[in-house]
Amino acid sequence: MFDTNELVLNMGPQHPSTHGVLRVVLRLDGEKVVDCDVVIGYLHRGIEKLSENRNWTQIILLTDRMDYVAAATNNVGYCETVEKLMQLEVPRRARYVRTILCELQRIASHCLWVGTHAMDIGAMTVFLYAFRERELILDLFEEFCGARLTYNSMRIGGLPQDLPSGWDKKVLQFCDIMDTKVGEYEELLTHNRIWLERTKGIGVISGPEAVGLGLCGPALRGSGVPRDVRKDEPYAAYDEMQFDVPIGTAGDTYDRYLVRMEEFRQSLRIIRQATEGLPEGPIVGKVPRLIKPAAGETYHAIESPKGELGYFIVSDGKSTNPYRFRVRPPSFCNLQGLRRLVRGHLVADVVALIGSIDIVLGEVDR
Amino acid sequence: MAEAIAFYTLAAFILGFAVLVITTKNTVHSVLFLVVNFLFVAALYVLLGAQFLAVIQVLVYAGGIVVLYLFVVMLVNLKRPPEAHQDPHRMTKIGASLAAAILLEVAVIAFSGYVSAPAATVAPPPVPVTGNTEQVGWLLYTNYLIPFEIASMLLLVAMIGAIILAKREL
Amino acid sequence: MVDTVVIPLLKILIVLNATLVAVTYMVLLERKVIAWAQSRLGPMRVGPYGILQPVADAVKLMIKEDITPVRADRWVFTAAPIMSMVPALIVFAVIPFGPTVTIFGHPVPLYITDINVGLLYIVSVASVGVYGIILAGWSSNSKYPLLASLRASAQLISYEIAVTMTLVSVILMAGSLSMVGIVNAQYNQHVWYVFAQPVAFVIVLIGGLAETNRAPFDLPEAEQELTGGFHTEYSGMRFALFFLAEYANMIVVSSVVTTLFLGGWLPPFPNLSVFHFLYYIPSWIWFFIKSFLFLYLFIWIRATLPRYRYDQLMRLGWKVLIPLGIANLIVTGIVKVLMS
Repeated sequence: MFDTNELVLNMGPQHPSTHGVLRVVLRLDGEKVVDCDVVIGYLHRGIEKLSENRNWTQIILLTDRMDYVAAATNNVGYCETVEKLMQLEVPRRARYVRTILCELQRIASHCLWVGTHAMDIGAMTVFLYAFRERELILDLFEEFCGARLTYNSMRIGGLPQDLPSGWDKKVLQFCDIMDTKVGEYEELLTHNRIWLERTKGIGVISGPEAVGLGLCGPALRGSGVPRDVRKDEPYAAYDEMQFDVPIGTAGDTYDRYLVRMEEFRQSLRIIRQATEGLPEGPIVGKVPRLIKPAAGETYHAIESPKGELGYFIVSDGKSTNPYRFRVRPPSFCNLQGLRRLVRGHLVADVVALIGSIDIVLGEVDR
Repeated sequence: MAEAIAFYTLAAFILGFAVLVITTKNTVHSVLFLVVNFLFVAALYVLLGAQFLAVIQVLVYAGGIVVLYLFVVMLVNLKRPPEAHQDPHRMTKIGASLAAAILLEVAVIAFSGYVSAPAATVAPPPVPVTGNTEQVGWLLYTNYLIPFEIASMLLLVAMIGAIILAKREL
Repeated sequence: MVDTVVIPLLKILIVLNATLVAVTYMVLLERKVIAWAQSRLGPMRVGPYGILQPVADAVKLMIKEDITPVRADRWVFTAAPIMSMVPALIVFAVIPFGPTVTIFGHPVPLYITDINVGLLYIVSVASVGVYGIILAGWSSNSKYPLLASLRASAQLISYEIAVTMTLVSVILMAGSLSMVGIVNAQYNQHVWYVFAQPVAFVIVLIGGLAETNRAPFDLPEAEQELTGGFHTEYSGMRFALFFLAEYANMIVVSSVVTTLFLGGWLPPFPNLSVFHFLYYIPSWIWFFIKSFLFLYLFIWIRATLPRYRYDQLMRLGWKVLIPLGIANLIVTGIVKVLMS
């Protein structure tokens, strides 16, 4: 009866809920989102280009700053790719420690995710509880490598230093604490009627569609696709670990939430196994003093907390810098799905969906 | 004596704000003056001893009906009101003649009515409760039940009609 | 002369001042309680344990620059916060803090006045309070505050209907619209209405949360929404007035719920003689304890629950609470007729 114009609404780049400098331009029909345009690039620092002028060890510093929420994972991915290119053997102890650190990062990243996601939907207390636990993880890292956020904690061929004494006991203590805390978060959210209404049926995406869009990580697993790089192409010490990969069914925000909550518990399981079975041995393998891989290219992917983090490296065999360094960031690929996810939902759901995909702008923009 | 002072003050305010309602250029200001007008009318009801009616006046009129007026005015009036394109005094002759006609009519009715007031043929129905609210309630549900029900039906029909008009798909 | 002018004036002064101080310290209370729920301490620096924080906040807001948007309607822009605050304050004229006590040989009722349509007065004043929000959004002369304010006021009006429907059941049980009459009815009927009308209690509590724009119904003023809601363009003392009006409304809702459902100034088990020692605690202290409990509950709910989306909020009000309220009314009526 009445013609309604479409309203164009701009969210960001400065916005309390876009988790970084992300700009989303929404086209609204009344309150329903008709379409959205995602504008990125506000955090682009030229990491890939910078890497072409750094030698192979210096690039580890740069990779920290991509997914800064889970920095050690980036380090592991990069080092493993170079090790694959150079066919280096990493000692078993180093692989175990890498696994422990990666899983600790997964818990830290999911802590941040659950805190910010809940806070966007209004449950502000979960944010503070989750950050309290994240502090414990950051303390563990600080003891190991001296930094809280950007660790530089891997070297090509292993780790820069061995674990401090007593560190593994602290990790096991942390696991016990974290078990009860995950129960706390679930108590506040999982069966809360308001939480269910805000997340069930929001942003439903089917498995084939998710695969077609290139989603990865919990966003893909929430739609029922059983893809996890740790299981499909094991790296570090994952082939020796026993763990399950949670798979969702409905492909909505609630299922993605449940997948990540279960990943908390599975990560704790892996950490316990790795810490208790930590082998003795050298912490770094036989690595030439000057790292100069032969000419060639390789791609290697790991499962970061956000999804499949892949590195594609080309070496020309002559210089000490890579010829091309390309990252396949999971957040970038997942963010593509946002446009498909928000269609037909209300403005208040856009914020919930951005939180549900769990992006880090450092990774998206590099 | 005090009652007379109160009445004339209230009446002055009511009339003053009513004049402001029709003379203000800004529509939203006009609606706000109407709200104040209704509040003063409620005070007048209190003066007359009809407290229930006074409170209902505020609740329904000032707090409900005028709010809806305000919604409409604000949504339609999103731009600044345009300057009057036409001469605001263009209808003065018609308006003045209409006002004079009505005034004449009211005067005739008032004076002839007061000359021969009809004798009270029907005694007011006995109401066994005291207090304004109770009396209104009693009368509404016994003597005036049918008009009450018809009025509620009317409101229901209006509500359904509004929803049907506004819905996009049924 | 003393009874009709001086004592009511004194009571008005006391109640007004107490309310304004209470409202200011509500800010501190909320920050502290939410902080404790979140494993932190809240304001601690200003004064011992942060007691003087509201003073600091007030001073800061008063010395802030007074910005009025250029094309805003100046009179309405200034009037809107006032129209939000005044209805919240004048409700206290009918709220009974206690029965008639004797001070220096003078019988003094512990309420400013008791009109025979007290409850209806409160509801009508609450409905006038909607104007502050509507006008705030409109007078900012900006699209988003206007839409946000219309949504907020639509929310308020919807939940007003639910609450008013439900209050009728309480009126039915008490047989009176006057606030003092309702408390006395709870004394005479030997039951606090929270036990006799639990459904009404829950509906009025939820409706009260929605009326005051508190979580989980605070989407219109959430920061995660596009703008700051209807008070985006306000700063300084005017913003403070909105803020304080919200807390004043919270105190009003707590007081009204206490009076209607928890027996107002009555101690627990007011008729059992074995509990008569509870009468040694003054009646108005009981009133404050009970109101405080509800204020704490409101803050607790804010710290815990996520917030409803706007359409879910409206659905809850119209499709759940109003039918429940009407059903409650019908059941109450039937029971009353059967028992008389």
